[in-house]
Amino acid sequence: MGKFGKEFAKGLIISNPVFVLALGLCPVLAISTSIDNALGMTLAVLIVLLGANVIISLIRRFVPSITRIPIFIVIIATLVTVVNLIFHARFPDLYESLGIFLPLVVVNCIILGRAEAFASKNPILNSIADALGITVGFMLALLIISFLRQILGTGNLAVFGIHFFDLPVLKEHPIVIFILPPGAFLLIGLIMALFRRTGVMKE
Amino acid sequence: MSEFATIFIGMVLINNFILMRFLGLCPFFGVSKKIGSAVSMGVAVTFVMTIASIATWLIHNHILVPFDIEYMDIVIYILVIATLVQVIEIFIKKTNANLYFAFGIYLPLITTNCAVLGITLINATEGYSFTGSIVAALGGGLGFTLVLAMMSGIREKLELANTPKSMRGLPIAFITATLLGLAFQGFGGML
Repeated sequence: MGKFGKEFAKGLIISNPVFVLALGLCPVLAISTSIDNALGMTLAVLIVLLGANVIISLIRRFVPSITRIPIFIVIIATLVTVVNLIFHARFPDLYESLGIFLPLVVVNCIILGRAEAFASKNPILNSIADALGITVGFMLALLIISFLRQILGTGNLAVFGIHFFDLPVLKEHPIVIFILPPGAFLLIGLIMALFRRTGVMKE
Repeated sequence: MSEFATIFIGMVLINNFILMRFLGLCPFFGVSKKIGSAVSMGVAVTFVMTIASIATWLIHNHILVPFDIEYMDIVIYILVIATLVQVIEIFIKKTNANLYFAFGIYLPLITTNCAVLGITLINATEGYSFTGSIVAALGGGLGFTLVLAMMSGIREKLELANTPKSMRGLPIAFITATLLGLAFQGFGGML
């Protein structure tokens, strides 16, 4: 159980996929305009990464190493198709707002990266822990960014229609740049600098 | 003609692949340290995007739609792109050795570049015509190359600048991208 916990914990901070490894940046920047989107994307990544890690860990002894990458990609693409259909049927609003970034989970470097670097070499239980840890790390990064972008860019906090609070001045005069694309670059740059400043991230 | 001009300008400037749509960020931060390699990467991506758009347009409209299996698009597109990249690599290796060394390591990396899968999905969702999707791919690729070249020019100068210690490397690259993005935001009112 100690090994399971260790594999889980490393994805949170030390090898946080977004801030430290700088992987899978495209969806993080693009869909972090609201917390709803961030949670939806996390769910999609969780299903695909967990499924891919489990399947690849199970078949790792039978896959010839020369054709492993195409095989991994087909497995991931199939899982993404499944997620796409589920979202289309169950969460039509999320499906609309995530747009092409839902199918683009296929080429998210985090998922193929974990399949290649971890699941293809490790037993199933460790692969599950790895998938969960990386997903939570990904969620943490997405939540921090989307929370800041939503609050600064719109002046209120509401998640899935439940309204939490309004900020006094920002409500009337939101800093619109934060929900526009450049605001995403700005926030990630500042957070990365903070990670380095505090010594979590090596140069 | 004006329809194609609208698509082209929209793809290059207004909905720029890197700064506005956030597609292809890995090469944007990975390969943008030298201007030469940035331009090679941009040309390689544009080339693959255009060929992939032609191939997936034909597959989408002549196989997926008639057989009513459009939900299979993700699996099929990614396989088509991976195969195309392999074929292009072999073809260039056999016909033009200089070009092969110029593209070098960039070609295999393109398979997992979200700009390529992105343009094929955009073509399908926007319902562009055959010519329209080629124009969109060329425009998207040109916009990608343009921003990559601009970024690498700035980063070459940044190497010499006295940046604060914790901002060096990636963080300052993101801040630079913010400023570029703000400038490109100004193109929003063009059309």
